[in-house]
Amino acid sequence: MALLELRDVSKAFGGLQVIDHLSLHVDEGEIVSVIGPNGAGKTTVFNLITGIFHVDSGEIVFEGDKISGLAPHRITNRGIARTFQTLRLFLNMTVMENVMAAEYGQTKSTLLEAMLQLPRSRKEEKQIRKLAEEKLGFFGQRLAGYRHGQPAYSLSYANRRRLEIARAMATNARLLLLDEPAAGMNPHETHEITELIGKLRDDAGYSILVIEHDMHVVEGISDRVIALDHGIKIAEGLFDDVATHPLVIEAYLGVRAETEEAV
Amino acid sequence: MSSLGGGQPGEGGLPPAAPEVEPADQAQVGTDEWVARVDERRAAQKGLSGVVVRGWERLPAPARLIVLLGPFAIFPFITNEGNLYRYGLLTLIYALLAMGLNVVVGFAGLLDLGYVAFFGFGAYLYGIMASGHSGHHLQAEIAIPIVVVSTALVGLLLGLTSWRLLGDYLAIVTLFFLQAFVIFVNNANGGLNDFSYPFVGKVDLTGGANGLDRIDPFNLFGYHITTTKGYYFFTLISITLLMTMLYFVNGSRTGRAWRALREDPLAAEVMSMPVNRLKLLAFMFGAAVAGFSGTIYGAVQSGAFPGDYDVGLLITIYAIVILGGLGSIGGVVIGALVVNGAPELLRSSSNARFLFYGVLLLALFLAMRPWYKPLLVLLGTVAFGFAVHGIASAVWSRGTAGHISGGGPLGRGLEHWVLLPSHTSSIAGWAYFALIVAALVLTLLRDWWRALALIPTLYLAAFVWENKLVEQVSGATRLIMLGTLLVVIMNVRPAGIFGTSRVEIV
Repeated sequence: MALLELRDVSKAFGGLQVIDHLSLHVDEGEIVSVIGPNGAGKTTVFNLITGIFHVDSGEIVFEGDKISGLAPHRITNRGIARTFQTLRLFLNMTVMENVMAAEYGQTKSTLLEAMLQLPRSRKEEKQIRKLAEEKLGFFGQRLAGYRHGQPAYSLSYANRRRLEIARAMATNARLLLLDEPAAGMNPHETHEITELIGKLRDDAGYSILVIEHDMHVVEGISDRVIALDHGIKIAEGLFDDVATHPLVIEAYLGVRAETEEAV
Repeated sequence: MSSLGGGQPGEGGLPPAAPEVEPADQAQVGTDEWVARVDERRAAQKGLSGVVVRGWERLPAPARLIVLLGPFAIFPFITNEGNLYRYGLLTLIYALLAMGLNVVVGFAGLLDLGYVAFFGFGAYLYGIMASGHSGHHLQAEIAIPIVVVSTALVGLLLGLTSWRLLGDYLAIVTLFFLQAFVIFVNNANGGLNDFSYPFVGKVDLTGGANGLDRIDPFNLFGYHITTTKGYYFFTLISITLLMTMLYFVNGSRTGRAWRALREDPLAAEVMSMPVNRLKLLAFMFGAAVAGFSGTIYGAVQSGAFPGDYDVGLLITIYAIVILGGLGSIGGVVIGALVVNGAPELLRSSSNARFLFYGVLLLALFLAMRPWYKPLLVLLGTVAFGFAVHGIASAVWSRGTAGHISGGGPLGRGLEHWVLLPSHTSSIAGWAYFALIVAALVLTLLRDWWRALALIPTLYLAAFVWENKLVEQVSGATRLIMLGTLLVVIMNVRPAGIFGTSRVEIV
């Protein structure tokens, strides 16, 4: 059974049909890439899955349960976490706090317990700190110990992207939605991110749905590629098949003049 | 960095993360870590202020609490009743009140302009339960929890309206709430225009515009708090406890979630934090603190009056929170000390004089580089003054005939330096005008020309001060001085005295 499934999902903003009867699925342990030109509706798909937008019709199912209609934080607690295309870190909090904040959903102690430092609050605090160190440890030297106390705004661009992934991991997700993880990175960093995404699946056991424009990254990581244009799925399959699919080429490059005449 | 004062919090009472890394001393030039710390090294303050800041940051949290509040514990034993009330008790009550606002605005980032309504609500509710006006005399240990819980519930109700409101809209709605509260307490006196409540009919709840008088002093488990000193220590203990609790909260899941929500509500929601519930919680927490400080204020004043809980107080409390540093727990105490203490201190002309010359010197030495330049200007001004005074005493005897008002050792010294004409009014008026022109001219000059022009300008400023401003020291001058002081502080510490500067977009 698929881990995540979108069944016939539609979404319109006013008169603009952004997502049009879209169905897709992500299996356990799979890396699926979503490609498509700007405005194709890729990020909207993410916003629908995470509950920031509500679907107009159709439904979204995660691990057999319907999640469309739930509040975003509840969906996250079910096991889906995302990163943002335009980074949205808690800039004025430390690296460590950014990760620990995302563990909110896994802790239970109340405000009163924290005020009085009751045992449960202290125990949870220790646990999530250890968990956060573990998640940050996944990134090796890049987010190593001495960086834990530094404010997030002091990180370089690439490290901010890494921290966002660490933060998403900390929510105890099983499915990660990565929105253009390689955007704005140099070739060396892009290569690192490609390896990192592979590691996320192989070593850490995440299933991953990723939006990416860099075709080298998409080629390097994807088990399956889905191409969107104007909210419609125009192609799906292995990278080579999708990349050579006529509709995909048309979506990216437009139609040749003579073909147009023929039509 | 973990601190009571700093905006970046400590993480609860837990031991530091990993012992493996020692800062800077081990780091090698060119290594990853050394590069990563470049901003820190650049930001490290040099000189005396650097020593103070680093020393403060090195103190463990309990020691900071003692440094901040220790002087307050000693204060009652070295002063009289009147000063204790004006400087001590009011400062503490403001600090307590500001601490709650700091949670709402500083932590959770909700612009709540109705905050002081909760303060008034606390005072009135306590008055209704325990006063000669209402005829009930409930003991404080029962009344205070009732007040705290009810104010939190009112906070919840107001918070519910803010469920979908953010920023400016929230500010408007809460400001409306404050105005509605003030109008309500002004009218709920059971008079002709008052409405009649279900079951009880018309009741005089608040005493209307005359206020709710004869509020009982606290009767805590049979012990009556009747002296200023008693309330002072009651408030001081409350602040100590609240600060400690806030310190723990700040490093807990709730505190982190509040700050995350301030940074980016959408990201917080998607990262598993129930944003709406957290907003309500912040609202309720702030309201409860305000209600609690309201009971103390009501009991201290032995009355609650509508005019006390209006926009004026709101501005004062916001000034305290912002001056202390948004989001800083210790900052509000210092903020309250400055905002409440400075205007009181400035009532006496000798105090105001010290502050005037102090601020001038401070501004001079902070703004001019290198260090010997302001020193030369200072020496030049002193010499210039004596020269002018000497010439004037020879050729214009009326010019030195006047006397310094206020006096004090500084004043007696100044009599031989600054010109003091016997009839000042018109000369001082022109001098005031000339000072403004001179200040404008200064902004057009550069380098040594400016330093040179500063000498007569400073002397002119002293002349205007001694002949005009000092006479109105309890009126307009006091406000000018307070404004100047705030401007200087905000320039030196833009993020507040204890605040850490926040980065919005990088």
